[in-house]
Amino acid sequence: MLGGVSVEAAAGGCVHLAGPNGSGKTTLLRVLAGFLEPEQGTITWGGRPINADRDAYHASFSYLAHSDGLKPELTARENLAFEVGLRRQLGATEPDEALSRVGLAAARDHTAAVLSAGQRRRLAMARVMLTAAPLWLLDEPFTNLDSAGVALVSTMIGAQLDRGGAVLMAAHQLPSIPNHSPRRVELGP
Amino acid sequence: MTTTPLVSAATLVYRRDLLLAVRHWGQAAQPLMFFAMVTTLFPLALGPDLGELRQVAGGILWVAALLASLLGVELLFRADHVDGTLEQMMVSGQPLAMLALAKGAAHWTICGLPLVLISPLVAGGLGVPGAALCTLMLSIGLGTGILSALGAIGSALTLGLRRGSVLLSLLVLPLAMPALIFGARAVDMAIHGESARGPLLLLAAMLVLAVTLAPAAVAAALRISAE
Repeated sequence: MLGGVSVEAAAGGCVHLAGPNGSGKTTLLRVLAGFLEPEQGTITWGGRPINADRDAYHASFSYLAHSDGLKPELTARENLAFEVGLRRQLGATEPDEALSRVGLAAARDHTAAVLSAGQRRRLAMARVMLTAAPLWLLDEPFTNLDSAGVALVSTMIGAQLDRGGAVLMAAHQLPSIPNHSPRRVELGP
Repeated sequence: MTTTPLVSAATLVYRRDLLLAVRHWGQAAQPLMFFAMVTTLFPLALGPDLGELRQVAGGILWVAALLASLLGVELLFRADHVDGTLEQMMVSGQPLAMLALAKGAAHWTICGLPLVLISPLVAGGLGVPGAALCTLMLSIGLGTGILSALGAIGSALTLGLRRGSVLLSLLVLPLAMPALIFGARAVDMAIHGESARGPLLLLAAMLVLAVTLAPAAVAAALRISAE
């Protein structure tokens, strides 16, 4: 399905996986996240194969999949408290601050089921941001977002790179990232 | 940044599943309703003679509890799989086996514990004497724990399948037979005034074995299903 791919994400670096539908962008991200085993080749993080300590590797990245990974029955704040709380201990005000940052302060007590698709994407990005992981794996982060949302996520990605984090993302169209120019990796059909 | 300790992460999963059950109480109450209905229908079908009902009460209560447990177990991972939260749990950096154990414990609290609590009530209608109620509750408690563990393995294995419920039953029911045999026997012995210590200890041993081995098996099955 996918072969001959070599991708490297350095600290403060952004890789943009591009290519037509079905070219394997999502598959590559799922391989990098450890959901799929590559038939050939290795994936290393910090110089060590990811299989050496899978839980430690998982803790080092935050993954945004096609689905937002939110519980429809839980409120925006509960979703953040649970999913980020699994990874690190959250301060009392952190979820509310993150929700304000993504423009969901007024919807913090709404269940994810009643949020629009764009709002759910913003909430999922708030989760990615709050996780504070050094690596972000983002699958189409701009899907369903309005122009303000696209600008917001671009700024969030820029801030992650400024902190010395790395971002690997699959996107059909990539808006400009403030102060950074992503390295484009084109996957064939 | 402080990493969440394993116990806190497992507690989060447990509390979240209980909260979801409260918000979806109609779905969570299905096994309890099934158990209550089946055990109430038997006296109507077999006749009101408590002496006759007493002879088959252990079997009726246990078969009803077994099938009621199976009803709930199919949904153990499905909703999390569909909305993507299961994937997020898998890459949370916490040991998946421990998170699966927390989900299993929440499932037992939601589906198994209510059966234990209601069993004395429905047992009265089947002529079970008061002296046997403790054994009944203990055996159903141990048995539903075993079924939650076995069911979690089956549920994780059939996660990616569209019509997984039939396969789930075929996978879990044969494994649950020893628990059914010893559980029903324990209740029967208690009804007849004998000591049910032997079968209860065997059930407890089975529960320890299931709870020890199931989390690792569930984690492996979930990783396969996620591919």
